[in-house]
Amino acid sequence: MHHVVLDEWSRRTSPVHRAEPRGKLLGALAFLVCVATAPRIEVPQFGGYLLLVLAGISLAKLPVVPVIARAAVVLPFSGVFAVMSAVAGDTDRAMAVVVKSYVSALAVLLLVATTPLPRLLRAAERLGAPRMVIVVVQFLYRYLFVISEQAQHMRQAARCRGELARRRSAGWRARFRAAAGALAVLFGRSYERAAAIHQAMLARGFDGRIRSLAPPAGSATGWWLPAAAALVAVAIRLAHRMEFPWPL
Amino acid sequence: MAALIEVHNLRFRYPDGTEALRGVDFRLEGRETVALFGPNGSGKTTFVLHLVGLLRGEGEIRICGLPVEKEHLKTIRSRVGIVFQDADVQLFMPSVLEDAAFGPLNLGLPEAEAKRRARRALEQVGMAGAAEKAPYHLSAGEKRRVALAGVLAMEPEILILDEPTTFLDPPGREALLSLLQGLPQAKFLVTHDVEFALALAGRAVFFEEGRIVGEGPVAEVARKHQWTVNQRRFFSGAQTG
Amino acid sequence: MHIPDGFLTTPLWLSLDVVSVPVVGWCGRRAQAGTDESKAPLLGLMGAFVFAAQMINFPVAPGTSSHLLGAALLAFTVGPAAAVVVMTAVLSLQALVFQDGGLLALGANVFNMAVCGVLAGYLPYRYWGAGRLRRAAVFLGGALSVFVAATLAITELLLSGIRIPGAALGASLLVFAVSALIEGTITVAVLEALERINPSWVETRPGQARPAMGLLALASVVLVTVGVLFASAAPDGLEKLAVRAGINERARALMETPLAGYEVAFFSGSWAAKAGAGLVGLALAGALGWALARVIGRRRRV
Repeated sequence: MHHVVLDEWSRRTSPVHRAEPRGKLLGALAFLVCVATAPRIEVPQFGGYLLLVLAGISLAKLPVVPVIARAAVVLPFSGVFAVMSAVAGDTDRAMAVVVKSYVSALAVLLLVATTPLPRLLRAAERLGAPRMVIVVVQFLYRYLFVISEQAQHMRQAARCRGELARRRSAGWRARFRAAAGALAVLFGRSYERAAAIHQAMLARGFDGRIRSLAPPAGSATGWWLPAAAALVAVAIRLAHRMEFPWPL
Repeated sequence: MAALIEVHNLRFRYPDGTEALRGVDFRLEGRETVALFGPNGSGKTTFVLHLVGLLRGEGEIRICGLPVEKEHLKTIRSRVGIVFQDADVQLFMPSVLEDAAFGPLNLGLPEAEAKRRARRALEQVGMAGAAEKAPYHLSAGEKRRVALAGVLAMEPEILILDEPTTFLDPPGREALLSLLQGLPQAKFLVTHDVEFALALAGRAVFFEEGRIVGEGPVAEVARKHQWTVNQRRFFSGAQTG
Repeated sequence: MHIPDGFLTTPLWLSLDVVSVPVVGWCGRRAQAGTDESKAPLLGLMGAFVFAAQMINFPVAPGTSSHLLGAALLAFTVGPAAAVVVMTAVLSLQALVFQDGGLLALGANVFNMAVCGVLAGYLPYRYWGAGRLRRAAVFLGGALSVFVAATLAITELLLSGIRIPGAALGASLLVFAVSALIEGTITVAVLEALERINPSWVETRPGQARPAMGLLALASVVLVTVGVLFASAAPDGLEKLAVRAGINERARALMETPLAGYEVAFFSGSWAAKAGAGLVGLALAGALGWALARVIGRRRRV
């Protein structure tokens, strides 16, 4: 599954991996804002942004080609809208949509590929994200693989049955019902697993508040790298347009 | 001296009406290890859930002298540690260390102390090196050991293990056996694994349809209720067939 | 429809981020019931379920298959507030781990799918779920959740100046309508399967049936959504209408006003008026949603 690869990347070590998660999150957001507010695609400006992210990727000792390829998942969607804009004569917009979406996706990927998700979520919580959502994402991520595996097995089993059904011309209606039944079973298993988890929590003294260890106290140096990167992004942005144009 | 576990006439009915427990009497004294045998659905796990107040039935249960009631639940749950059959369900925190520290933190211990206990428990089960790992990177045996560590970190007096040898390969089973043999707590072993029980337990009780119908030394109980793999019956077919 | 970064204009993604955070926070506190976080494992697992469920393909016709969005199904099982939290969690994870949807645009995607999608999906159930129209209510809920979410997304793109020629827009709306029908069908099928396995999983008493109120609420949601869509695509639509009705001249005059000159005006300042109109519409939708949420909340407390 895709998130397994990302998980592995995020557990490596490098100066980027060691940087303070809150700093990285804020730095990434600053970068994204610079990209989002740029009025049009100018090669120097966006070349600068791209170089900045690529520098981050190499400093993080991540495999460059797989990372670049993974961020490209956003291109089919952007491509469609780019084509429509280009056909309507608005090539500025066409470029903007493709380049911005890609560079932004690459930046987010760099962030997540250098910070294990639980730590990133903890950073978001400390920066003010709603606690319940954070806690739910933690559980979601923890059991995502388990439930997905179950779904895979069901899909394979269903496909086998589907093959048979097709041969007997049972038609797509029967397979539809089978799929609905599979979903219901998956729901049930998830529900029951959640109940079992809750029981296990209660058995170890859970009283309503999920307590966990505080993250390791980062040193001040953990902020240098993301702060520097953010400053570079802002500098590139400001150097290219002194006014702050609202459209786009 | 009060027994560690005292159960009188425990009855329990599920919401849909099925009678799961029909008057169970049980006693666990001192540092003994007791095995619990019985067919699936006989009420073994249901019984065990009552001991930590996860299910509430009729009758009397006392843990270390305390009745299993709301005001005592926190204390009881710190005295009795359950390791459930599905280890995946017990390792819900992002890292092994955080999971082991979950119990001590709930007990109200300060973070440094909780961490210390967690690390010590992980050492006890031989998983100290995995402290920073995520639970989904562990094998079945490793998960079971971390789950045990999570319970040991609370320093309970009684350990309840529900089918501890499921999914373990023979070396894993051996490792778990020596691990448990080295632990000082009283142990309550719900298991189908008669050999395992023989090696650990001093006595056994046999559950059937919500009641205890037999009690005594492990080998005797197993033999009396034919609770063992009859090797001759299994393999004779292969010879003739 | 997950909007990536780089599509929406700054005021739009920013304001949707600002709007989404308190709404989701409020739903989170409601789902939490004070400081009790006991529901977290359930909601997390439900999120994993949604993820996994989206992997299962439903054959909807020979050769085509679709998959579940889940907002409505969640609302009917764990309730609307919790459903908002679960969908937000799913969208956040999709943005972070799968780069499906942008990070700055997360507020917009959350607003479209997690908030409005859930609310629009829950509405029919809230007013008709207790009566004989239950099945229809469930179907409508599923359909509406997808239709509203997708339409809002397209609207936001239009408001940001993304070119979508009339034909493509029409085709998109058609696709949304079909997806909506599929979602409705899947939701009905799965919910009925759930009720057979364990009725306690499904919210069986969503409140007394109040058909008139339901109709009103439903009409408002549809009108606002579609209305905002047309407002943002106004020039094309209005122009066609004007030609048809033979009032082209008068229409032209009207159109010289802020909404005029779609292509050029975008870059020369009348954008503000256009965006303003769109934002007002969205704010209306948002306020309506919020008000409805309060109504639902008051009922559930009883």
